Amino acid sequence: MSEAQLIQPLSDAEIAAIEAEIAHLPDRESAAIEALQIVQRARGWVSDESLQACAQLLGMSAASLDSIATFYNLIFRQPVGKHVVMVCDSVSCFVMNGEGLKDRVAAALGISMGQTTADGEFTLLPIVCLGACDRAPVMLIDETLYGSEQIENLDAIFAEYRS
Amino acid sequence: MSAVVNLKPLTGRIAEQGGLVDLAAYEAAEGYQAARQALTGMTPAEVRELVKEANLRGRGGAGFPTGVKWGFVPSADDKRPGHTYLVCNADEMEPGTFKDRYLLENDPHLLIEGMLIGAYAIGADCAYVFMRGEYHEPYRRLQEAIEAAQQRGYLGADIFDTNFSLQLSIHRSGGRYICGEETALLNALEGKRAQPRTKPPFPPASGAWGRPTIVNNVETLCNVPAIVRHGAHWYQSLGRGEDAGTKIYGVSGRVNHPGLWELPIGTTIREIIEEHAGGMQAGYQLRGILPGGASTDFLTDVHLDLPMDYGSIQAAGSRMGTGTMILMDDSICPVAMARNLQHFFAQESCGFCTPCREGLPWLEGLLADIDAGRGQPGDLDLLTRNADFIGAPGNTFCLHATGAIEPLASALKYFRADFEAHIEQGGCPYASASEVA
Amino acid sequence: MPAITVDGVTYEVREGDNLLQACLSHGLDLPYFCWHPAMDSVGACRQCAVVQYADDEDTRGRLTMACMTPVSDGARIDIKAAHAEEFRATVIEWLMENHPHDCPVCEEGGECHLQDMTVMTGHTTRRYRGSKRTWENQYLGPFVGHEMNRCITCYRCVRFYRDYAGGTDLAAFGSRGRMYFGRAEPGVLDSEFSGNLVEVCPTGVFTDKPFSESYTRKWDLQSAPSVCTGCAVGCNISASERYGSLKRVHNRYHAELNRYFICDRGRYGMAHVNSAARIRLTGRRTGPELFQQIEPADALADAARICATDHTLGVGSPRASLEDNQALRQLVGAERFCAGLNSREAEFMHAAVGQQDVPTLKDVEAADAVLVLGEDLLNTAPRLALALRQATRNVAYEMADEANIPRWQDAGVRGHAQGAANPVFIASVLPTRLDDIATATAHGDPHRLALTGAAIAARLGGQALASAALSDELDDFVAQAAAALAGAQRPLIVTGASLMTPALLTVARNIFTALQASGEPRLAICGNEANSFGVSRFGGGLDLEEVLKAVESGSARNLIVMGNDVFRRADKQRVAAALANLEHLVVLDGLENPTASAADLLFPAATSAECTGTLVNYEGRAQRFYQVFVPSDDVRPAWRWCVDIARAMGRNDMAWQHVDDVLDALAAQAEFSGIDGVAPPASTRSHSGQKVPRATHRYSGRTAMYAAASVHEPKAAVDDDTPLSFSMEGLNRDQSGGLVPYVWSPGWNSNQALFKFQQEVGGSLRGGDPGVRLAPWETGAQASIAPAEGRTASTGLRLLHLPQLFGSEELSAYAPAITARMQAPWIVLHPDDASGLGVVEGDGVDCVGHSLEVRVDADMAPGFAAVTVGMPEAPAWLPVGDVSLSRDPDFVRRPTIIARG
Ligand SMILES: Cc1cc2nc3c(=O)[nH]c(=O)nc-3n(C[C@H](O)[C@H](O)[C@H](O)COP(=O)(O)O)c2cc1C
Ligand code: SF4
Ligand code: FES
Repeated sequence: MSEAQLIQPLSDAEIAAIEAEIAHLPDRESAAIEALQIVQRARGWVSDESLQACAQLLGMSAASLDSIATFYNLIFRQPVGKHVVMVCDSVSCFVMNGEGLKDRVAAALGISMGQTTADGEFTLLPIVCLGACDRAPVMLIDETLYGSEQIENLDAIFAEYRS
Repeated sequence: MSAVVNLKPLTGRIAEQGGLVDLAAYEAAEGYQAARQALTGMTPAEVRELVKEANLRGRGGAGFPTGVKWGFVPSADDKRPGHTYLVCNADEMEPGTFKDRYLLENDPHLLIEGMLIGAYAIGADCAYVFMRGEYHEPYRRLQEAIEAAQQRGYLGADIFDTNFSLQLSIHRSGGRYICGEETALLNALEGKRAQPRTKPPFPPASGAWGRPTIVNNVETLCNVPAIVRHGAHWYQSLGRGEDAGTKIYGVSGRVNHPGLWELPIGTTIREIIEEHAGGMQAGYQLRGILPGGASTDFLTDVHLDLPMDYGSIQAAGSRMGTGTMILMDDSICPVAMARNLQHFFAQESCGFCTPCREGLPWLEGLLADIDAGRGQPGDLDLLTRNADFIGAPGNTFCLHATGAIEPLASALKYFRADFEAHIEQGGCPYASASEVA
Repeated sequence: MPAITVDGVTYEVREGDNLLQACLSHGLDLPYFCWHPAMDSVGACRQCAVVQYADDEDTRGRLTMACMTPVSDGARIDIKAAHAEEFRATVIEWLMENHPHDCPVCEEGGECHLQDMTVMTGHTTRRYRGSKRTWENQYLGPFVGHEMNRCITCYRCVRFYRDYAGGTDLAAFGSRGRMYFGRAEPGVLDSEFSGNLVEVCPTGVFTDKPFSESYTRKWDLQSAPSVCTGCAVGCNISASERYGSLKRVHNRYHAELNRYFICDRGRYGMAHVNSAARIRLTGRRTGPELFQQIEPADALADAARICATDHTLGVGSPRASLEDNQALRQLVGAERFCAGLNSREAEFMHAAVGQQDVPTLKDVEAADAVLVLGEDLLNTAPRLALALRQATRNVAYEMADEANIPRWQDAGVRGHAQGAANPVFIASVLPTRLDDIATATAHGDPHRLALTGAAIAARLGGQALASAALSDELDDFVAQAAAALAGAQRPLIVTGASLMTPALLTVARNIFTALQASGEPRLAICGNEANSFGVSRFGGGLDLEEVLKAVESGSARNLIVMGNDVFRRADKQRVAAALANLEHLVVLDGLENPTASAADLLFPAATSAECTGTLVNYEGRAQRFYQVFVPSDDVRPAWRWCVDIARAMGRNDMAWQHVDDVLDALAAQAEFSGIDGVAPPASTRSHSGQKVPRATHRYSGRTAMYAAASVHEPKAAVDDDTPLSFSMEGLNRDQSGGLVPYVWSPGWNSNQALFKFQQEVGGSLRGGDPGVRLAPWETGAQASIAPAEGRTASTGLRLLHLPQLFGSEELSAYAPAITARMQAPWIVLHPDDASGLGVVEGDGVDCVGHSLEVRVDADMAPGFAAVTVGMPEAPAWLPVGDVSLSRDPDFVRRPTIIARG
């Protein structure tokens, strides 16, 4: 999506995608979560302006939509870095020293949980069990899952994303 | 059909190392034959009866008989006109559980076929897979499979030239554990806050958008094609004890080969851990087992010879849950593990009812205090009292909080000495032990 | 009737109730939070736990949430079982983890349901060691304060605001232990009913902002049962005072009428009684705009001389009590009395008071199909609009019955219904804020609306009215509405006087009559003011047009105007000229207004807070409002001034001492027969011989209250007019339903104590429903059909009333909080008319001497323009004929968004 389009609270492509979701649901409001996800996929997060535009498109109030947005863990109502690093903090990873992984990732990025690197590249967040417990401890970078067997050289992994 | 598929109806098509079974491969292994058989040769009532007879029980955790549940959908005459929905619960957020991902990633057509038969059995014209938002690869693979099935006429209008039609689409969750609870899931599917609903109305009578709805787990639905293909008797014979069929068991923790295996339901815990998971890693002793995910009560090494079936595990004071066990070894501080679990449950509370919303964070705080050496005399009583009141089914609005208390109450039972030692010593014995070591 | 056993005692309970309702209906103390009698159960708080036993053998039982459990015959439960008590105390302990314990500085303190429940459960010791969560509060406008830290997450606010009242700008945010209730961003709450949050919230999150600004604890308030003067619905309110100024208004329960909620005009509008614009002294005019204070005796002597002549007419008021009107009428003579309505409104109202089968608001809630004809209800009868919103839910209840979902299982009923709603058809001049519940809407000028109604009536009567006058769109509306109404068992038609179009009433009645063949129709008619229905019963006399003519012709040389600003009822120039033509203008009123400013002799009249009187609402229900406090200075009830004038004249035909005496005089007139049943006589006492106290029995600091002025405790004022006392002595229990000044019961300090005053939860008050419904009164008047308002090509536009909830009502506009919500006046034009005038949205237009902001709306009928009337800087009255407008080149747009306070 072009920069120019992202200046709008909702781009034409986003509107089209949201309308497509609405088309196979019983009513417009039912597409609330899909709409938020569409915006987030395009922009990384959901700003107040986008939220308002979505609400209007769905025929609901901003408060109603934000009520939904703030309920879910994976809808970001604050800006995040270009890449989101999520380290599992649930029990299977915990017994496999997931805390250690968390510390290593934090050290590699130079930030703590909930923070974004100064260059805006990475945001580090905890995440609940990623359903990959046989590979514990695990983490997710954007849409890619990393099992323990893949996490040896964190610096190398992050460097790949940086470039 | 190959012998492998015959013994492993869920995973038999999947290569040892995993890898996608695409439509061609799926069809080659008799894929969609069961659906054809059901849609062209059986009435919906016959399918429901067959599944009931096979004694398939829900694999989402509660173990409710699937055929019975399907029977609760009002017959067409009793319904106001409108959709009936089948929803596949692919939210899989129970910590320690990774079985549905395996099925979704590797054999998506099996699920589609199971849903097709299920939808036919309950008269659904519209189906959704409710998938957790972090499942990116499973989403891509299932979405591709749906498109392929559609092209091949396995989904859409007039399937197998019958007048049965089915729309299938995926809803990707905004992310919260409570979305896995079936009524919360329906609210989430409707695009609302995922708060659980009261019953009545029960979903089969009034579920998604107020319409009759059946919610089934991924693994449950994946069992259906083989039942149709090979019959109830065959399916029952797969199980070792009371229960029927196979089960995907999993092990995570300090074992040599953590993983998943489809085994006859009723395989013992010992066999699963020792034979399939390769036993404990050298230097680690098994101390506790969460047999079916984070929301099940601890068992210990005295329970190793219990068969993993619904009845036996329940009799031992726990639940088979999702059948994916988490092992606590002797390097793990039970207090810290309990704290980790309560952190999860407190954070994932939907915030609707008081005991869960306010009680669980208090428990987490108390456990954090004890773990950090700030425990006070009386804290264990406080923990117990709170746990009793939060955990009793019916005291909270839904079973989330009940599940949260199961591992805590059992930890207090089996590992009480550890809790007491923390309070007495004003610190964690495990921390000092590892410092010494 | 099923019977259940609670703590060993067996009670008969209402079939279909839940256990909590059943327990409360028997007056038992069972704590709860999230349940609300009007909003039912959701099972969120888990406070109402009881132990239920499976059978006679069961000794342990299990905890169950009373509000979520239906009663069943033979059920056995214990409230007092140790396990239940412990659990309930634990629930409080959980809720208290994060509660700030700031009761000493919290406005809710002393009437806090959370405090009450905490004490009731016996939770006393804090064991939670964690830190408390904290929140930022939001600015929510001039009505409601916000203090989120106190929240206990009962969800009542959003359930009221959204689910019950249809608001969308308040919501629940977040999840788990971090739930926030507020708006998407700070700003004015949008709902007309936002003030109810104050009463719905069980603790101090949402508080009454004006009340907070000059705060008094509940136990230090003196309260009286009162009736809102904001509109003709006549909601019952409890008005509270301290130090002789009005502090706040709460809802006062009336099972048939307002039940648990009132609108924001009602809650915040009564503060007009504290206004600096009050007239407090008797005065004589000494020059233009110049008054000299004179002794009341001198003023009375002057008035007596004026009234002694034959040339004196009296103008009463639809916003004054029947007693005031009756006294003036007696003073000047019935044939020289005018009730104060202009002729079109009078014509409408004279027909309206004869209507049969007028629904109560409870009946409105039961309607299964609705047609609103001409009225913008949220601006003219807001509480009725709220009842209409509930009527749309009847189909949801029926669906729930089918699905075996108890009706009180709120989330289940709503979820199952999936928005299924009873049909509502709204025909109005412009779109209204109630249109969200409308199945279909239609817009047009009053003439066209009347035609639409006539077409519906015709269709119901089996004639497809050949009306070329209706567009296809309207035809469609007519067909749909007629079908829905004909198919309904309890169809309801709502119309009203706000457009001053008698034809609307005529067609509404025709529809009503046509529907009598198929169902049990009801017809609700809104009047414009609190006592429009009362004064329109007076027979004989003059209408305002006749009064003006008499003055203009010189046949009337003196005028006594009581509680009425005549400038709001006729053309400004004409009224000014007429008043100037008088020898004497005597005005009795409570607040400054242009008529009062023109008076030669001015008597300060009591407001509804300072006197006792009777109003008749849209249902024909006569209702008593009681004096809240003793007025200062020369202020007296208007009826007493009239009596005093008569006495000064040496007359003895109206030697009334007490309100009841005036009432007796009214009751002797056929049109008010039965009105003496409006309230118990002043001599009424409790079985122990006591009056009902206005002050709570914990009223404190009585001796210190006036310490700054005097160390002597003043003698408590005596109230000879009513069974209420200005005192803390007495019995606030077992009294007649209309005599409940405030609710309180041991252990129940908040308004939740109400159930102790009800026969059963949601039922009538123990002392009966307040007020008395008068029989329909046939005045013989028939509203005419269509006063040829079809427009021909003309030189100007015809102006229509666009009433505003905040601003259009004369008295409430003086309340500071209401003033803060008033917008700069505007005019709505059809696009063609706008371009004809050369204006666009946001420009200014000069309209009968006022500069109005232009809003352009394609729904506006061409050739007509709607004008916000009666607000400051807006026209007080609209001319009947065509009016020329012109663009105002100097117009500066005034801010309409309220600045952050
Ligand atoms: C808090 C909570 C979370 C749950 N999460 C899941 C889940 O992630 N996946 C699932 O299949 N069932 C989950 N369940 C169980 C479902 O409510 C439901 O019983 C199940 O989906 C029914 O399918 P089945 O009969 O096929 O097992 C959860 C239940 C609770 C109380
Ligand atoms: S127990 Fe209550 S707060 Fe917890 S998830 Fe269920 S409904 Fe929500
Ligand atoms: S009042 Fe029953 S759960 Fe809240």
